[in-house]
Amino acid sequence: MNKSGKLLTLFVWCLLAFLAIAFLAPLIWMISTSLKPLNETMSLPPRWIPSSIQWKNYPDAIAAMGQFWKYAANSLFLCAMSVIGTVASSALAAYGFSRIEWRGRDKVFLILLATMMIPFPVIMVPIYSLFKNLGWIGSFKPLWAPTFFAGAFNVFLLRQFFLSLPKDISEAARIDGCSELQIFLRVILPLCKSALLVVALFQFMFTWNDFLGPLIFLTEQKDYTLALGLQSFQSQNGGTAWHHLMAASTLVVLPVIVLFFFTQKSFIEGIASTGAKN
Amino acid sequence: MTRQDKHQLKVGLAFISPWIVGFLALCVYPLLSSAWYSLCDYSVLSPAVFVGAQNYRDILSDEVFWKALSNTIFFAAFAIPLGLFVSLSLAILLNFDLPGKGVFRTIFFLPSLVPMVSLAVLWQWMLNGELGLVNNLLNPILHALNHLLGTQWSAPNWLQDARYAKWGIIFTGIWGVGNAVVIYLAGLQDVPRHLYESAEIDGANFFQKTLHITVPVISPVIYFNTIMGLIGSFQVFAVPYVMTSGGDGPERSLLFIATYLYQNAFDYWNMGYACAIGMILFVIILTLTYVSTKLSEKHVYYAGK
Repeated sequence: MNKSGKLLTLFVWCLLAFLAIAFLAPLIWMISTSLKPLNETMSLPPRWIPSSIQWKNYPDAIAAMGQFWKYAANSLFLCAMSVIGTVASSALAAYGFSRIEWRGRDKVFLILLATMMIPFPVIMVPIYSLFKNLGWIGSFKPLWAPTFFAGAFNVFLLRQFFLSLPKDISEAARIDGCSELQIFLRVILPLCKSALLVVALFQFMFTWNDFLGPLIFLTEQKDYTLALGLQSFQSQNGGTAWHHLMAASTLVVLPVIVLFFFTQKSFIEGIASTGAKN
Repeated sequence: MTRQDKHQLKVGLAFISPWIVGFLALCVYPLLSSAWYSLCDYSVLSPAVFVGAQNYRDILSDEVFWKALSNTIFFAAFAIPLGLFVSLSLAILLNFDLPGKGVFRTIFFLPSLVPMVSLAVLWQWMLNGELGLVNNLLNPILHALNHLLGTQWSAPNWLQDARYAKWGIIFTGIWGVGNAVVIYLAGLQDVPRHLYESAEIDGANFFQKTLHITVPVISPVIYFNTIMGLIGSFQVFAVPYVMTSGGDGPERSLLFIATYLYQNAFDYWNMGYACAIGMILFVIILTLTYVSTKLSEKHVYYAGK
């Protein structure tokens, strides 16, 4: 590399390091505030390292939120149900859109792509009244049952992956007398574990983060998800107990970050594939 | 159609049947009935009564709706280009062969994992006028500038000030661009190396290469992210809702279309009106997507076409 190339590299590295600190600062600030005594959250200039680490802010915040563990269990239940629903139904639909040739298939797939443009707020009122007629308002069903009907985005992701597998493997199984369902279950699915993991991760994240859905469909405090519980805690304590609010926020973020570090590779590859080749 | 074709069709439809049911029950039916309710006086509690275009006439003269619409357009008009600039710049920087680039990539991605509600609570604290980190970093800089230039600048009380509240939401969004960075970074891997090499022989510098090679080659990815940004920005809801504890901010500066739709539907039980707002939102998104697609046909470069 020539001299100006090296200089450019050094400059880029310093710029990135500066930006990385800026991007990391809010997260560190959140954790730092969550470990401060209340009076220190109000000290000026703010200090990064608390004078004494207040671990007890965490149990205090959990107690102040009311039914924290119930919220966590609700969130986990919804995540589990919607991950199962999404993986099962999207894999089936994606298979039908990729590994079987049928008349009009690609036209129907265009319709599926078009549905991704419908914003949830536009259709939420009729969906609400639909679930109200079913007597589902105030239960968890409106939040997980729809995931059993193959969301467009996940079908799109899995279809891309299914298309990348060679046709011959299906042909060979067909010659051996396998039915389409057997090929799907025994041949294709085992080859797609990484793609299924990506879809499962995305759905987990979506359900864990979802705010508008629980806000509309859940009516009783004991049924709240962590996201909704945090919002309700915030609206009661806004602007005062910042150390508790930051501890509660950290607790909601933490599981996602931990999950990310365990699945980083699939996660990043999954996101990268969403924008590619369409 | 031969027997074989019919069989294939049956099997294919059987596999996609979960999607067909979902498509009919959770897409087509809600869209049609939303269009119908938008012509009705409807409160969920009592049956819908047809009132013709009354809801739309009311919307035209509803100042609050126009406020929500202009806030939403303002937000989208700044959040999308700024988000594009920041995420593409970060991706181009991360694409250099640098020591520790994996660590950098992870750091820029982390904020996009933060759930919306935590994000809103955290940034409400970050943007706190007196105690927040943003102003505590901004104040010394402004102080120094005032000293140098003789100006009287002071840091705003972001979310409590109608002039700056939307900027608070825009900055919050920019902190979460990590998703787009990853998508751009993947797009950059597809730029053929030989293009850069021939440009270097012609004496092109870094900025020329970026502008004339990188940006055109990844334009399909830019188009994809822009459409996603459009659809997302026009339904911004959770962050302003949480930051204002379900309100609409000083002088309604944080009232967006989705917030106003939600308020009409679930605070006032004015479902017909809410559906009419939804229909308008849908038409806006469709129109903007169509315009972007038309524009992209001129400017987006697809390899091999």
